[in-house]
Amino acid sequence: MSAMTNGKLTDRARAATSLAMQGDCKAHRFARMVAVALVPLGLAGCVTVNAPEEPIVIELNVNIRQEVIYRLAEDAGNTIEENADIF
Amino acid sequence: MGDMMTKRISKGLLAGVAIATAIGGLATPAFAQRDPAYAAARSAGQVGEKMDGYLGIVGASTPELQRLVNDINIKRRAVYAERAKATNATLEEYALTAGCQAILATSPGEKYQAPSGSWETRTSAPPMRDSRCP
Repeated sequence: MSAMTNGKLTDRARAATSLAMQGDCKAHRFARMVAVALVPLGLAGCVTVNAPEEPIVIELNVNIRQEVIYRLAEDAGNTIEENADIF
Repeated sequence: MGDMMTKRISKGLLAGVAIATAIGGLATPAFAQRDPAYAAARSAGQVGEKMDGYLGIVGASTPELQRLVNDINIKRRAVYAERAKATNATLEEYALTAGCQAILATSPGEKYQAPSGSWETRTSAPPMRDSRCP
């Protein structure tokens, strides 16, 4: 008797567990599917990155704007002429 | 019309006189020659104009070459700092602009630094400069 009761309880418990597990399984499967779906995306990203064909140019003081250089050009030219010994 | 012409001519004359005075008055300091050691190192391609407005050693460095370059760069820095202050610019801005001009002013055979960072020998063709150079 007690074994039967236990068996029933166990069965019920098992059934409940398996239902719960089914939900879990679905979630896992979905996660796995997403992961699998994302892998080619990642790979595709890697493949499409190409080295630039133009030579890499050192941008010296990138924060210096062209307008500033244009404004100073004449003065700098004169400075060079006036200090010909060090230029 | 005649009045305009006279005005223009007198203005030109005044400017000419002013220039002549400036040249006469500043002849000694303004057109001072390069030190013979510097001139020799320059034409031998041992030193070159960098993009940042300073002088650089192109090949192997020697103590004399290093001293020569340091000496000139200290003097250049002082001039840049003074002019940067006068023109309301930063030292780096002024130095970079001077670098543009100094590279442009190199003579064929002299060395200069291209935007890629490599040392180039100036030819009769325009030098390779920073895209922001005037």
